[in-house]
This record gives sequence, C-alpha cells and structure tokens, in this order.
Amino acid sequence: MMTDHVAKDTWVEIHRVLLDREERAPQVSQDTREVPLEMKVKGFLLHEAVLGDEAEIVTAAGRQIRGTLSVVNPSYDHDFGPPIPELSTIGREVREILREQKGVS
Amino acid sequence: MSRELSYEAVMARKGEIMRTSVGIDYQRYATGSLSFDYEGMLAGTGYDLETIRAIQARTAVGKTPLVELRNLTALARAVSAPGKGARIFVKDEAANPSGSFKDRRASLSAHEARKKGYPGIAAATSGNYGAAVASQAAKAGLGCIIVQEAFDSQGIAQPEIAEKTRACEAYGAEVIRLSVGPELFYHFLIVLEETGYFNASLYTPYSILGIETLGHELSCQVREREGRFPDVVVATHAGGGNVTGTARGLLKAGAEATRMVAASVDLAGLHMASDRDFNRKSFTTGHTGFSIPFSTWPDRADVPRNAARSLRYMDRFVTVTQGEVFYITQVLAEIEGMERGPAGNTSLAAAFAIAREMDREQIIVVQETEYTGAGKHPLGQLNLAKEMGVEVRRGDPRENRPGKAIVIPEHPSQIKTVEIDLDRIRCSYVRNALDSLPEGETVTETDIAFLSAETKSDETFVREAIELHERKNR
Repeated sequence: MMTDHVAKDTWVEIHRVLLDREERAPQVSQDTREVPLEMKVKGFLLHEAVLGDEAEIVTAAGRQIRGTLSVVNPSYDHDFGPPIPELSTIGREVREILREQKGVS
Repeated sequence: MSRELSYEAVMARKGEIMRTSVGIDYQRYATGSLSFDYEGMLAGTGYDLETIRAIQARTAVGKTPLVELRNLTALARAVSAPGKGARIFVKDEAANPSGSFKDRRASLSAHEARKKGYPGIAAATSGNYGAAVASQAAKAGLGCIIVQEAFDSQGIAQPEIAEKTRACEAYGAEVIRLSVGPELFYHFLIVLEETGYFNASLYTPYSILGIETLGHELSCQVREREGRFPDVVVATHAGGGNVTGTARGLLKAGAEATRMVAASVDLAGLHMASDRDFNRKSFTTGHTGFSIPFSTWPDRADVPRNAARSLRYMDRFVTVTQGEVFYITQVLAEIEGMERGPAGNTSLAAAFAIAREMDREQIIVVQETEYTGAGKHPLGQLNLAKEMGVEVRRGDPRENRPGKAIVIPEHPSQIKTVEIDLDRIRCSYVRNALDSLPEGETVTETDIAFLSAETKSDETFVREAIELHERKNR
C-alpha cells in the first residue's frame, strides 16, 4: 500500500531490541528477565522506507542509528485524564477546617 | 570503531569509559583501604560557591522565591496542640528555567563540558534532571542525549517519564527510551563511548556542588527576612544529592544548628527493577527504592566515588505514604494556589507532619517545588494506578500498600511521618563498606575516622558496628 511508504526526512520513531532475553544482565529480576530490553528513538528518516521495515534515522544529537520503522510523527499522548473523585473534595474539606478555626480564634 | 558490544564486554570497559567521560581521576583521592578525601575531591573541581553562583546566574538558574505557606501553616495549627505548628516555607524551585532544582545540578556539568571541549553532554535519567541537562545543553550550544527507563514490556509509558521525554525533546535533545532494567547503564556506556560526550552523572562533584547554592540561598533568605536561620529544612530524598548539596549549602551559610530532615515516599514491597512493578509505583523518584540503598551504600552509583553522601548530613530520615503526598499536593493547589510537584510534595507532606510537633514561632523550610503538568500530575498518576488495578480510596493512610492500595487521608491530622532508624542505616552502611574491602586489606585508623564522618557518628559507634559485623561473620 502506498500509505506505508514514508518519505525521506520525515520525523519518525524506530524500535530495536538491544538485549534478547538470554542476553540480559545476571542481576535482573525474574519477571524482567522474561522480556527483552527494548529501545525507542526518534529522528529524521535518512531514506524513503516502509513502516515495519528496517530503517536508518539521524537523531537530534546527529547520531545515525538503525531499527524497525515503527511510528510516523509520534504523538505525545500522556494526559491528565478524568478528575479523581478521591481528590475532588479535599479542597472543600480543608477550607471548612480553616473557616472553623477562624471562628474559634 | 568496532568494539565488542556484548553486555559483559561493555561493562568490562566501564572504568575507562567513565574516566574519559567525567574527566576526574578518582584514584588520586584514595587515603586508606576504604577512605578517600571527600572534601579534596569536591575542591579538586576548582569551583567555589561564589564562582558557582556566578555561573548559574548567567543562565538564570537559582535566586528562586522563598514562599511562606500561611494557609497551610494555619491548617497545620488547626490540627496541632496549643502552641504548636511551625511556620512552613517553600523554596519555589519550579521558577528555574526547566522547572526544577535540577538546573542547579546540571549547570556545572554543562559549564565544565564546554570548558573542556566535549562535543555534548549525556545523562542516564528518567526524571527532571534530563530536562535540566537538555536545557543547559541548549544554552551552552552542546549536543545532548538523555537515556530513560521509560516503558514496560506492554509498551505502557510511565506518564511522568513521558512528560520528561517531551520536555527533553522540546529542548532539542535526543531521547533514548528503554524498557525496564538495570542494563540502561550498559547502553549509556555505549552512547558515551560512541559520542565522546561528557557524562553529566547525577553523582559527580559538579552535580553536588551545583546544589550547594540552594541550601545557601534559602538559609540567607530566611535570615534576611526573619533575622535567623530556619530550625528545620526538609528535602525529598532519593539518590542523596538533594540532601547532600542542600545541607552543605546550609553549613557554608553558617546555619549549623538547622536540622536536616530527609523524606521519602514509602514504596516497600515494590521491586525497583521489575517490569511488572514499573507502572505500579505511582512515583518515579523520591522514594525508598532509591533512598535506602543509596543511604546505606552511595558508591553503587555510576561513578567510582559518589559525591552525594547523604548519611554525612541527615539528622533525621522519615517516610510518608503515597496517599499522603497526593493529598498534600491537592491541598497546596487549593489553599496556597500553587500547582506543583510531585517531587517537592514528598518533603511537603513530611514538613506538614513535623510542623505539628514544633513550636509556633519555629520555621520549617521545604527546599523545593517542581513544575507540574500532564503525566506528572496526581490525576495522570492516579488514573494510571487505577488502570493497573491499584485500589484508590479515602481512609487511614496507615492502610496504604504500595502497588496495591493508595489510601488518601480523610483528614489532615492523619498525615504522619514514619521514622527510619538512622543507627540501623549507619550499621548497614558500615557493613557494606567492610564488604567492599579489597581481599587481604584491613581497616586502618584513617578508615575508622572516615567511616565516622561518613555516618555522622563517632569512632566508638563505628568500632562497635565493625565488631558486630565481624561477630556475625564468624
């Protein structure tokens, strides 16, 4: 599909496994040892490439590195999410304590 | 350059890579089997407090406001015995260029890297320090690479670290995001070797000297305003740099009677290098997962001699719960109009409890705030906690269980610190020091004096701790 082709100089993210499970450090805890050590880095694509294929990028620091082309123009999607009910009434509660205190003193 | 890149091969080159990337010959400060010249190592950098202040001033680092939290003090007094409830102040370190006190820490490394002609600076950090290094690198015209432990094997990013990724990239840095594991250090060594960058480690003398200005500044601000030094300063404690640098700054200002309290979030029961626990911590730093191991053995750091040696400076070490920190964060926003944190709010929760033990005319200072935002905010963290199956509810904070239940206090009177027995930490430090003795070497008189300075104790204490350890080993 044409849409899978990503143009040279596009801002992308690549993914690479740095250490397979059997290559992990000896001191790593059991659950962590069961998964590989993975890396994600962003940069500008050095050549036209297809999503999911091996590609080379140049990073913000000018390093050229290779990995699987995984995301085009990756988004920042961390957010606040909905309000937390367990926090929502704290302000009201402590203002009430301060009001009572003022009434006393 | 085609050097072998296996884990073992790279770790074997650690010493050489560190020497080149930090530019300090740590060996020359050794004085005994265990001991080394700590003050000499710091002085060996050639930077004194005045020079550091001038360097920091050039990039608008430091000189942050000291804010009296009058409403929070009133709240503490409302739940204190008559005559109790010290005045609570906070040093608004969020006013630094990248939004935290970490700018102080990064400033000297960037200055030193530029002076010595390194092409860039790199740091292994998932926290504010990365943003600080990236910001300082941008100002100094240096390349910058930050290596983060950022996501678990399901690809779920810790939201606070995701915000740090964004901030570092906003300052023009390359961010290498890794999954969970201590081999982050292995990859960091490869990056240092490949790029020839300066290692802006959190634990070099540059990093610690940069924080001294914080302790110095806050004590001078209190003295100018109140005519005396603060009674207590509370610092959030993780790797030890914050406590060490701040306390050294207080001493340099002459605030010798000020008590230094270290505060950490209690994360007991969670494993720090566990892929499963990674997104169940709800805190990325300032917790016991760092502060206990680094207090009892600072030289586990990425440099041969850690300049952050918190046990030398702590007068008291306390923990607070996750729920208490989230509660005080909400209170700070709603009655003081300051939306900050998370980092400084660990010490703020502790300060709120400690203020209640103190007399009304006394002064307690929380020595940092940090900028907040999506990912760093209690909403982001608690929404993730709920998704990960952690229970979030109101109740008695003593029922808080890291990774299982975050219990938000129902009333401010429930916020209490839990004491960590410093003598136990000291004994544990002495044990670790003895275990690090090279084969065939014995403890010298110089070492005994060194260990008592290291543990802020005396030679009798150290000799007894050594004897106890030897008896156990027999």
